[in-house]
Amino acid sequence: MTELAVPADQAATATETSMQQAVNAALRTLLAEDPATLVFGEDVGRLGGVFRVTDGLQAEFGDRRVFDTPLAESAIIGLAVGLAMNGWRPVPELQFDGFAYPAVDQIVNQMARMHYRTRGAAPMPITLRLPSFGGIQAPEHHGESLEALFAHVPGLKVCAPSDPADAYGLLLQSVRADDPVIYMEPKARYWNRRAVRLGEPDLPIGASRTVREGRHATLVAWGAMVHRCEQAAELAAEDGVELEVLDLRWLKPIDTDGLAASVARTGRAVVVHEAPLTAGLGAEVSALVTEHAFASLRAPVQRVTGFDVPYPAGPLEPQYLPTVDRILLAVQRTLEF
Amino acid sequence: MNAEEAAPAGPDLSGIPPELSRSMYRDMLTARLLDDEAIALQRQGVFPAYVSLRGQEAAQVGSAAALDTATDFAFPTYREMAVALTMGVDMVGYLASHRALWHGGLYDPMESRFGPVNAVVGGPVPHAVGWALGESLRDGPGCAIAYFGDGASSEGDVHEAMNFAGVFGAPVVFFCQNNQWALSVPVEAQVAGGSVAARAAGYGMPGVRVDGQDVAAVYEATRAALRRARDGGGPTVIEALTYRVNPHSTSDDPGRYRDPAEERRWRERDPITLTRRALERAGHADTDFFDAAETGARAFCEAARDGVGNAPHPAGSDLFSHVYREPTEALRRQQRVWRDEVGP
Repeated sequence: MTELAVPADQAATATETSMQQAVNAALRTLLAEDPATLVFGEDVGRLGGVFRVTDGLQAEFGDRRVFDTPLAESAIIGLAVGLAMNGWRPVPELQFDGFAYPAVDQIVNQMARMHYRTRGAAPMPITLRLPSFGGIQAPEHHGESLEALFAHVPGLKVCAPSDPADAYGLLLQSVRADDPVIYMEPKARYWNRRAVRLGEPDLPIGASRTVREGRHATLVAWGAMVHRCEQAAELAAEDGVELEVLDLRWLKPIDTDGLAASVARTGRAVVVHEAPLTAGLGAEVSALVTEHAFASLRAPVQRVTGFDVPYPAGPLEPQYLPTVDRILLAVQRTLEF
Repeated sequence: MNAEEAAPAGPDLSGIPPELSRSMYRDMLTARLLDDEAIALQRQGVFPAYVSLRGQEAAQVGSAAALDTATDFAFPTYREMAVALTMGVDMVGYLASHRALWHGGLYDPMESRFGPVNAVVGGPVPHAVGWALGESLRDGPGCAIAYFGDGASSEGDVHEAMNFAGVFGAPVVFFCQNNQWALSVPVEAQVAGGSVAARAAGYGMPGVRVDGQDVAAVYEATRAALRRARDGGGPTVIEALTYRVNPHSTSDDPGRYRDPAEERRWRERDPITLTRRALERAGHADTDFFDAAETGARAFCEAARDGVGNAPHPAGSDLFSHVYREPTEALRRQQRVWRDEVGP
């Protein structure tokens, strides 16, 4: 695994941390800094969540700040909306991405619109933590990519961290923001450790991050696919192809300027995501590149995505998710165009 | 319960302070006249559509009068005009929703403690539970009340909300106005078992049925539920049996689905007439009061009618103003497109 480079001045405080630990640490920071912050959802209390992301929080902050709810996703988000209207800063968890569907009415019709509907009288400082994406060969509905659905909804902001440091920083930003944020945690990356320093966010909301510089093509990704793109870039480098890897981090808003700047440098773009191809966020990225960096483009934007099929059962998942080989083939197509 | 089975004597005001019974009458009458005004405004083309609450004034005013507007919070759907009126909501701002000036209305729901008009009928019910839980988490004095109808009682959100409230012991009152018709579907084809109140038992809370044409009974039942919630006793379901004597909306035609004789029977149990008789019987009001109430209500309605009729259209820039607390650059860019290509 490629480790993130740790700048010399931070090396002393950098420690091996998993994303699961980083999200846990961020929640601890947030609960400690603002008494209005509440963490709740299915099994997040005594158990500490099915991924142990909320481990120890109830013991530390009490069962008024960190609590279990009955199993009903729509009511969990509805509860968050009502709590926000009474001055709280809710951080609900829905256990798995596929179980966000039962809550879509509350997310789309209520949470995303309450600020608009009330002309700003009722802010919705809600961060919905959503363990997301595939890669763990989970049962049906335990692996989905809903970013395009949520990015389409006016009033929402959407982000997906790719590494522990960003998981920490993005969660601080999301929860401190007064707008509702869908915070998508890549399940497949929960347990990968990186030597990182957990600290205050170093980029504004909406900013992308160049995780690897290159001059021949830009790989655009988020969540677990960032790591896959780094692997592809590592292999390409052996053949003398220098790939830039751009971690979008925010899927709404998308960093149009950062995207355009990268493509202006490389002239080629390959967008990689787990979600199905059609009307996926790759189409949005492709359109933005065309609109904002058309003159720099030397090849059509390529999309390497899941297929237009449901997330498949375990043994087929590796054939569904974008592979390093498919990413490299797409790069080759842009180079040979 | 149908129109005939209800107590013939009408509201018993003996337990209600005279001033309160008079103010409830004033609010019911004002709501009735304002409802008539709103229908007229729709006929004149000022409102694209309107949903009448005629017949439900006692259920709405009686329940709202029991609220402490300094501490409590009401979550309406879209037919709670008399609740808004009783709680002192700016009625021009409220009616602005029906004039389609702004979906949620132009009143301040946080200041009014009356949530925004909401057309997903079960949607606000879990909000009431969240609000109530938020109040108990800080040991606050407030209670939430969720208004919904017999139709909305079929929504999953209502069931989830009741279960959550039962589990958390949240200080919330689920106030169902069973007006017998979910648009064109009668309650017997809507509510299995026939009673919304009966469902409360399954969620670990009391369920109370009350004559929704009896303002005193509604007030007492709501007051008792609020007192129980405030004392830490948790939630209650109240099912007020009432009737939507008018069409579902100004676009509806009840002749296609119900017998006009049924409407006539319920019109005979008009809650305002019943309350007026009860006030006279109890000696709480005299002719001067009724005359003054009518004069006052008419003046109020005229002002509200003129206010909403003359209210300016929202600025075009309001398309963008409230989507986010912190707008995204992408949205700002779209707003510039709007400014340049559509114009204010």
